[in-house]
Amino acid sequence: MSDHRDMAALRVEGLGKRFTLHLHGGAQLPVVTGVSFSVAAGECVVLGGPSGAGKSSILKMIYGNYLAGEGSVIVRHEGRMVDIAQAEPHLVLEIRRRTMGYVSQFLRVIPRVPAIDIVAEPALAAGLDRDAARARARELLTRLNLPERLWQLPPATFSGGEQQRVNIARGFAGDHDILILDEPTASLDAANRQAVIGLIGARKARGAAFVGIFHDEEVRDQAADRIIDVTAFAPRAAA
Amino acid sequence: MTAPDALLEARGLAKSYGGRMACAGVSLAIREGEVLAVVGESGSGKSTLLNMLAGRLAPDAGEVHYRMRDGVMRDMARLSEAERRVLMRTDWGFVHQDAAQGLRMNVSAGGNIGERLMAIGGRHYGDIRAKAATWLTRVEIGVDRIDDKPTAYSGGMRQRLQIARNLVTSPRLVFMDEPTGGLDVSVQARLLDLIRGLSADLGLAVILVTHDLAVARLLSHRILVMKGGAVIETGLTDRVLDDPQAPYTQLLVSSVLAA
Repeated sequence: MSDHRDMAALRVEGLGKRFTLHLHGGAQLPVVTGVSFSVAAGECVVLGGPSGAGKSSILKMIYGNYLAGEGSVIVRHEGRMVDIAQAEPHLVLEIRRRTMGYVSQFLRVIPRVPAIDIVAEPALAAGLDRDAARARARELLTRLNLPERLWQLPPATFSGGEQQRVNIARGFAGDHDILILDEPTASLDAANRQAVIGLIGARKARGAAFVGIFHDEEVRDQAADRIIDVTAFAPRAAA
Repeated sequence: MTAPDALLEARGLAKSYGGRMACAGVSLAIREGEVLAVVGESGSGKSTLLNMLAGRLAPDAGEVHYRMRDGVMRDMARLSEAERRVLMRTDWGFVHQDAAQGLRMNVSAGGNIGERLMAIGGRHYGDIRAKAATWLTRVEIGVDRIDDKPTAYSGGMRQRLQIARNLVTSPRLVFMDEPTGGLDVSVQARLLDLIRGLSADLGLAVILVTHDLAVARLLSHRILVMKGGAVIETGLTDRVLDDPQAPYTQLLVSSVLAA
C-alpha cells in the first residue's frame, strides 16, 4: 500500500499545526501533529474523525491556505515534487492553477460575475479558450442540475444549495490532478449528492487524486478508497 | 542581489517626517503580472511607501530598481529626467484615490485619455480619438460622453476614466492608492470587478494600497501588512487573511465585520 509512494500525487509528511491566539493572551491551540499519508493518482482518501479533530485544518495546510507549523506537503506539479509548505506565493498560485483545486463548503461570491463565468474561470486559467471554458461550465452546471435560467446571473441571490452547486462545478472545471474537497455535499439533496459522486468517479478514472471530508456516510462510503482517522494525529494532551 | 523574476525591487526604503519614522527600511519585490496589496491602518506608512516606489517621493535611504522593457534592471535614482518621464507616462500608471488628482478636470474625457498617447508621440487625431473611445467602452463609459469633462462625471465614472487614462499606453506596472476609497458600495463593486478583469486580461502588475481587507482579498495575489512604517507580515493573500501570524495582523483581520 505504501508502495504507491513513487506514484503519489500528494504526500504529507509530519505535518503539524497549532494556533497562537495573540488577542487572547497568546493562548496556544494545538490542532494536529505528525500527520503523514500519501494519495496516489486515481485514489480518493477521506479524512475521518469527529468535528474539531483538525480535518479541515489539514486540508487548508495542503492547499497552502493555512501555514504549516511543521512538516511538509509534497505535491507532484508538472513532473516535479514541490513542498507547498516552503513554496513562494507565486509558485503556490501556479500549483493552484495547474495542479491542485479546492472545493470549499461555501461559495465566495464575487460581485457582478455571472454563475457561468465563475465556473469557467478555472478552465480559462488552465489554458482553455473562452468558448471551450464556457462549454465545460455548461456541461458541469447541467450535470449538477442548476436551472439554465440562473447561469447568466450572479449567484449572490441563489439558495445555499444552488450556490454550492456553482461552487462544486467551479471546483471541477479546471484540469487539476489533485482535488481537495471540504464537505462539498453538506447542503445538497440526494440527487445532487449522487451527481457529485459521479463527478468524483469520472475524474478518478482519469487519474485525479482526491483528499476529502464528507460527513454524509453514504457519500463517504461511495467516494472513499481509504479512510484516515485523524484522531491518530491528535497532539498530546499535555500540550 | 536582484531577484531574477522581479519587475520592481525595493531595498531598505526609509522616510521620516520631522523625526517621525513613516517608513522604516522596507524591502519588497513584485513580479510581472502580480497584484500586491499593501494593507494597514492610516499612518502605517503604506502611502509613503507607495509614493517612494512610484518615484513621487524621494526616500531618505534605500533604492528602487525596475526592469525596463529591454530587460535591464535599472536604479531609479540614476535614471535621467527624460527616461523617468517616459517611464511614468508609458510603462507605469498611478491611480489616485481622488480622481481629480489624476485627471485634468477641465479637459474632455477623450482628451484625458489622448494626452498620454500624445505624450509618447501619438499625433494622428483620428487614431487618438478612436483609441480613447475604445478605452471608454472598456471602462464602461458611454462613447457619447467622450467630449464631456470629468467635472460632469460621477465619482465612480471619474475613477474609471482615471483607470482608462492610465492603461491606454499598456503599462506593465500600475500603482493604486485606495482606488475604491470614498465611493458608494455599489459603485465600489463595479470598479473592483473592472480592475480585477483588466489586471488579469492585461497581465498587469499592480501595487495596491488599501485599508480594506475585502478589496485586498478580491484583487491581490499577495499581501504585505504594515504597521508603524515596517512590514510585519507578508504572504499569499488568503493565507495572511485566513491564518494571520503576527499579533497586529490577527487584530486587523478580527476587527472586520463579516457581511
